[in-house]
Amino acid sequence: MNGFEDGWVLPVLLMLAKSVAMIVILLALIAYYLWADRKIWAAVQLRRGPNVVGPWGLLQSFADLLKFVLKEPVIPAGANKGVFLLAPLITGTLALGAWAVVPVMDGWAIADINVGVLYIFAISSLSVYGVIMGGWASNSKYPFLSALRSAAQMVSYEVSIGFVIVTVLLCAGSLNLTDIVRAQDTKLGIFGWYWLPLFPMFIIFFISALAETNRPPFDLVEAESELVAGFMVEYSSTPYLLFMLGEYVAIITMCALMTILFAGGWLPPVPIAPFTWVPGIVWFILKVTVFFFMIALVKAFVPRYRYDQLMRLGWKVFLPISLAMVVLVAAVLQFVVH
Amino acid sequence: MNAAAAFFYLFSTVMIGSAFMVIAARNPVHSVLFLILAFVNASGLFMLLGAEFLAMILVIVYVGAVAVLFLFVVMMLDVDFAELKQGFLQYLPVGALIGAAVLIELVLVVGAWTMAPAAIGGAGSPTPPDVSNTLAIGRVLYTKYVYFFQAAGLVLLTAMIGAIVLTLRHKPDVKRQVIADQNARDKSDVQLKKVPSRAGV
Repeated sequence: MNGFEDGWVLPVLLMLAKSVAMIVILLALIAYYLWADRKIWAAVQLRRGPNVVGPWGLLQSFADLLKFVLKEPVIPAGANKGVFLLAPLITGTLALGAWAVVPVMDGWAIADINVGVLYIFAISSLSVYGVIMGGWASNSKYPFLSALRSAAQMVSYEVSIGFVIVTVLLCAGSLNLTDIVRAQDTKLGIFGWYWLPLFPMFIIFFISALAETNRPPFDLVEAESELVAGFMVEYSSTPYLLFMLGEYVAIITMCALMTILFAGGWLPPVPIAPFTWVPGIVWFILKVTVFFFMIALVKAFVPRYRYDQLMRLGWKVFLPISLAMVVLVAAVLQFVVH
Repeated sequence: MNAAAAFFYLFSTVMIGSAFMVIAARNPVHSVLFLILAFVNASGLFMLLGAEFLAMILVIVYVGAVAVLFLFVVMMLDVDFAELKQGFLQYLPVGALIGAAVLIELVLVVGAWTMAPAAIGGAGSPTPPDVSNTLAIGRVLYTKYVYFFQAAGLVLLTAMIGAIVLTLRHKPDVKRQVIADQNARDKSDVQLKKVPSRAGV
């Protein structure tokens, strides 16, 4: 019982409980974001979308979950079994792991670490491994091509995401996510958040987030007309579910990151009485939902990019602009604000 | 045993094990994956030291970018192992000689290792609570060591330009998309044609 004397068993149990609560709530929310994604897509195309399971199809995601879990996982004979099964696990774990540092309300982060932004950035840069490993281990042509595409695409867009984050860090003066939100807490409310002074960076971040999470119009990795389902071609049942889940969790993580970096996290848009009574987590989820709605709309009405255009946009447009903005923001902070 | 020690042994054991597997694994892709595991565990060790910035940078730069390119190259190369193993015995004496030389050098260097007096004082003093180590690194990197930092940047820039010069080939017969030309097109350049039904253009 040495651990109890040192006093680390209780904190570990507490952290475990917090993590489980976070994951359960997150997954329940994801189920409805997934449903919303399909509903929004359907609405843009004048379809009904999922509407059979439960009222307005609200239970559709849970029916899908059951179906995926109960089916037999098929592993191709030529696949590299260990890596094949490891890939979806890595995708799922990494995507959920990013949420350990996300402050959903003032002081409500499982781990309020000093380098929170870097942690999320590191985790999202690791998510490419799920795709590469899955694509390679499938031992099949389409998944392999998809893995090659994704490796180049995700590394390219990470660069501009990094520079966008740097500009926000320069303004906030901290790598801690909670401190970044606090730095946006001014009397101006919604106009004091960083989306206004850093508007070009906000746009670049939004588009790069789409590319980083393989969302349309940058879903070259899963372009069905060229690669069927990309790196997921050989996957079925639970491993497929993990890929799918990881992808959606990563999208919500990007929405949360946009909320924290540019939209004031848990802060109310108008800092006066009735709005400040609402608990911060409600604002946080509301903002994440707004960003998710935008991402879902993009999927519905923007045609897919060509691969060379995607590379050009990342390296020749976003990288110079964000690099110039880093210099500009640093100069303004140094010579005008200070 | 406290939690930090337990994690230290966990990270170091996994790291040494995976470092061994990097050279022992038969499949080169597995080797790279073990290398990545070693990197991640090294970052865990940095974290235990309280060097959280270094830990994150290690993951972002090495695991997130460099190792991706390793994996990329190794996956694309079709390495023939039977051929690679053929000359093994023939080259063994030379290899063993070089290996022994490097080992002796390492032993000599590590044996003569002494801590700088300033560093011993620094290791004993705890980090001040109001300065995070990211801030501390930034303060010395951009003031005291700014010229070294810039010089390192220049070396990397040279390497980058070198790589581009070596691989860039101009193909004059390839038709390229020029976005600026497309955007600069005027409405008067476009010809609108009324095509009658079933007649073609």
